[in-house]
Amino acid sequence: MAVIPNKHPMPAQDPVVRAKNFNEVALGYDEETVVAEASRCLQCKKAPCRQGCPVEVDIPAFIKLASERDFAGAIKKLKEKNALPAVCGRVCPQENQCEKYCTVGKKNEPVGIGRIERFCADWELANGVLPQQVAEPTSKKVAIVGSGPSGLTCAADLAKLGHKVTIFEALHVAGGVLMYGIPEFRLPKAVVQAEVQNLKNLGVDIQVNAVVGKFATVDQLMEEGGFDAAFIGTGAGLPYFMNIPGENACGVYSANEFLTRTNLMKAYKFPDADTPIRVGKKVAVLGGGNVAMDAARTALRLGAEESWIVYRRSKTELPARHEEAEHAEEEGVKFAFLTSPTRIIYDDNYWVTGMECLRYELGEPDASGRRSPVPIEGSEFVIDVDTVVVAIGQGPNPLVPRTTKGLECNKKGNIIANLETGATSKPGVYAGGDVVTGAATVILAMGAGRTAAKSIHAYLSGK
Amino acid sequence: MYKILKKEVLAPTISLFDIEAPMVARSARAGQFVILRTIDEGERIPLTIADFDREKGTITCVFQEVGKTTKELAKFDVGDSLKDFVGPLGEPSHIENFGRVVVVGGGVGVAPIHPIARALKEAGNEVIGIIGARTGELLFWEDKLRSACTELRVTTDDGSYVRQGFVTDVLKEVIEEKGDIALCVAIGPLPMMRAVCNLTKEYNLKTIVSLNSIMVDGTGMCGCCRVTVGGQTKFACVDGPEFDGHQVDFAEMARRSVIYKEQEQIAMEHHQCTCGCGGGK
Ligand SMILES: Cc1cc2nc3c(=O)[nH]c(=O)nc-3n(C[C@H](O)[C@H](O)[C@H](O)COP(=O)(O)OP(=O)(O)OC[C@H]3O[C@@H](n4cnc5c(N)ncnc54)[C@H](O)[C@@H]3O)c2cc1C
Ligand SMILES: Cc1cc2nc3c(=O)[nH]c(=O)nc-3n(C[C@H](O)[C@H](O)[C@H](O)COP(=O)(O)OP(=O)(O)OC[C@H]3O[C@@H](n4cnc5c(N)ncnc54)[C@H](O)[C@@H]3O)c2cc1C
Ligand code: SF4
Ligand code: FES
Repeated sequence: MAVIPNKHPMPAQDPVVRAKNFNEVALGYDEETVVAEASRCLQCKKAPCRQGCPVEVDIPAFIKLASERDFAGAIKKLKEKNALPAVCGRVCPQENQCEKYCTVGKKNEPVGIGRIERFCADWELANGVLPQQVAEPTSKKVAIVGSGPSGLTCAADLAKLGHKVTIFEALHVAGGVLMYGIPEFRLPKAVVQAEVQNLKNLGVDIQVNAVVGKFATVDQLMEEGGFDAAFIGTGAGLPYFMNIPGENACGVYSANEFLTRTNLMKAYKFPDADTPIRVGKKVAVLGGGNVAMDAARTALRLGAEESWIVYRRSKTELPARHEEAEHAEEEGVKFAFLTSPTRIIYDDNYWVTGMECLRYELGEPDASGRRSPVPIEGSEFVIDVDTVVVAIGQGPNPLVPRTTKGLECNKKGNIIANLETGATSKPGVYAGGDVVTGAATVILAMGAGRTAAKSIHAYLSGK
Repeated sequence: MYKILKKEVLAPTISLFDIEAPMVARSARAGQFVILRTIDEGERIPLTIADFDREKGTITCVFQEVGKTTKELAKFDVGDSLKDFVGPLGEPSHIENFGRVVVVGGGVGVAPIHPIARALKEAGNEVIGIIGARTGELLFWEDKLRSACTELRVTTDDGSYVRQGFVTDVLKEVIEEKGDIALCVAIGPLPMMRAVCNLTKEYNLKTIVSLNSIMVDGTGMCGCCRVTVGGQTKFACVDGPEFDGHQVDFAEMARRSVIYKEQEQIAMEHHQCTCGCGGGK
C-alpha cells in the first residue's frame, strides 16, 4: 500500500468566522478519518515515538486498536499511562514529542498521534466513561494542593489505590491553567470538567475556595487535619512584568489577568456574565509562547481590530506550539519579530496610547542554544496601541513555600523535589508540575503527578 | 455552604452579613479580607473582614451598595447562600504595643477599622478612634467602636450629627492636642485616606492605609491589583492590603480604580432590575 504522505487535515472552523467566536477551533476527526490516519502507522517494533512521549504511552498499541475501530480498547491503552487524554490530545506540543520521532515523519509528515488520541478520548466522553476500579479503602488521607494537571493526576492515581484524597484549590473551580489560562476555543471547559467529574466519581473530595497557606498551612493540614501525606502542585501562577516605565498604566494587563477574566470569569459574555474586560482597538501582546498566542487570539475574539505579537527573537525561535502560531496567523494576528518594548506611553488619564520599542538582531547562541537577541542602538520607534498584554512568563506563587516549614526552594522560588520520586526536603510532602520545573507543559505536570502518586503510595504503605 | 446567618441594615445602602464559613473563621485576623461571588458567572468581589467568630464559624462583612454586585448582594437574606466565599486573604494587620495610636474610619471603612482597633487595644495601646460619615444617617457602629477604643470622636461632613467636619479636621485636633502618637491607621474611601496621609505627613506620623484596588483572584495570580508603593510595584491582595500610606502612589491608584467605569455602568443598566434592587435606573 502506498504511503499517504500527509497527515489527514484536521477539520477546523473557518479562520474568518472563528476569529469572532469562542467555540473550539479544531473540530476533531470523524471515525473514517481516524481509521485512515491510524492506518498510516507502520507499527514499528522499536516505536521511536514512545521515547518522545514524557509518560511513555504505548503509542503503536493504541493506534492499532483505533485502526481496528476498537476505540474502547484504544482509550484503555492510552489511560494506562495518560490520565487526561482528552486534554493532551488537544494541547500537547506533539511536534516536539512523539511525532518528532515518528518513523513516517522522516520522509513524510508524521502520524497524527495527537489527533488520534483526541478522537479516542472524545469517543469515550461521548459514549460514557468506562468504569474504573478502585482498591479497598486504606484509611490513609492525602492532601493535594492545587487542581492543575499535576494535582488531578496525582489525586486520581491515589484514589484508585484506595487512599482518601482531598484536593484544595484556591479558585472557585478545579482545573488550574486548564480552566483559567487555556482558552475555550482551544480546550473546551466542558472537557476539563468531565475529567474533574471523573475524579469525583472515584471518591476524591474537591474543596474549592481553599487557599492553602491562608485558611491553613500544609503543616496544619498534616498535624491538625489528619493528612498522612501531601502533594503540592500549585503551578507557576505568578505573572512576570517587564519592569519598564508605564507598566501600571490603565490598559496594561498580565496575560494571566487577561485570560482569567476571559476564561475563568467569562468576560466574553459580559454583560451577561458580570466580570468586565477592556480590549481596545489595537492590542500588543509581549512574548512568543502559548500564553502569548492565546492572549493575541483572545483579543481578536473580544473585538480588537488589530492584535500583534511582539517578540524579541525571530519566527523560528517562537516557543509556542506550531499549530497555535499557525492558527493565530490564519486568524489575522500580526507578528512583530525582533522587537521589544522599552516603555509604555500613556495619556493624562493614565490610559495607554502607545509603546516605544527597540529593534533587535540575533547574536551568538546563548545557554539554551537559541541565538540571543541583541538590541540595535538608536532603533527606537513607537507603535500606537491602546492595550498591552504582558506574556513573558510566570514564576511559582510563593504562598505555599513561604508558609511551609522546612520546604526547600531554589533561588527562583521553585520547590526543590527529586524528579524521580517527587519527594521534597520535608518528609511526607511531595511536589510536582510547574511549581517544581517552572512553567512547562500539561503532560510533564501530569507525569510528575503520577510519579509522586507512586512514591506517596510507597510511603503510606510503609507507614 | 456560605449561608447567611444574620442580616442587619446599618444605614441606607449599608448592610451587614454574618456568613457561615468555618474554614475562613478559624484563621481570620484583623486586616484581612474575603472574596465572594453571589451567583455563577458573578464577579469576584473583595470585602474586608469586619469581625469573626471562631466558635460559631462565622465571618462578618459590612458593605455598601455601589454597583451591580453589591446591590445584588443586598437582596440576599438570612438563610440564602452565597455561591463562593474564600479567605482569609491578604496579610493581617501588624499589631503590637505602640503606645498611643489613632484609628480613623470613614464611611463604610468604620467596619474594617473595628477589629483593628480592638486588637490594638487588647495589645495594650491607648486607642483614639475617629469615625465619620457624609451625613448622620450613614453612620453606624458608634457603640462598637466606643468599646473597642479608649476614646472615640465622631464627626459628619454636613454636621447633621455630633459636629461638622471631615475626619481629617478631627485628626488634626487630636494630633495637636495629644502630641506624641506612634501610629495612625486609616480606612475609608480613597480620597479620605489620601487626605489623612497628606495631613499626617506634615506631622511625620506613620500611617497605615488599607487599599481597595480592583481584584480578580486575590492570590497573587493576576496582577490586576498592583499598586506602586515606595516606587515599587506591589500586589495589594498578597503584599497588602495594608501599606505605609506615605509611600503609596494615590494618584495612580485613583486612576486604576476607574478602569471599568464604563462597563460598570453597562452592567447596572443591563441588570434592569429583575430582582427589584433599583438597578437600571
Ligand atoms: C495560557 C496558557 C497556555 C498554555 N498552553 C499550553 C499548551 O498548549 N500545551 C501545554 O502542554 N501546556 C500549556 N501551558 C502550560 C500548562 O498549562 C502548565 O504547564 C500546566 O498547567 C501546569 O500544571 P500544574 O499542575 O503544575 O499547575 P497549574 O495548572 O498551574 O495549576 C495549579 C493550581 O493550583 C492552584 N493553587 C495555587 N496556589 C494554591 C494554594 N496556595 N492553595 C490552593 N491552590 C493553589 C491554582 O489556583 C491552580 O488552579 C499553557 C499555560 C498557560 C498559562
Ligand atoms: C481588599 C478590599 C477590601 C474591601 N472591603 C470592602 C468592605 O469591607 N466594604 C465595602 O463596601 N467595600 C469593600 N471593598 C470594595 C468592594 O469590593 C467594591 O465596592 C465592590 O467590588 C463593588 O462591586 P459592584 O459590582 O457592586 O460595583 P461596580 O459597579 O463593579 O464598581 C464600583 C466601584 O467598586 C470598585 N470595584 C469594582 N470591582 C471591583 C473588584 N473586583 N475589586 C475591588 N474593587 C472593585 C471600583 O473602583 C468601582 O469604581 C473592598 C475592596 C478591596 C479590594
Ligand atoms: S514511530 Fe510513528 S509509525 Fe512508528 S509506531 Fe510510532 S507512530 Fe507508528
Ligand atoms: S487580585 Fe490578582 S494578583 Fe491581586
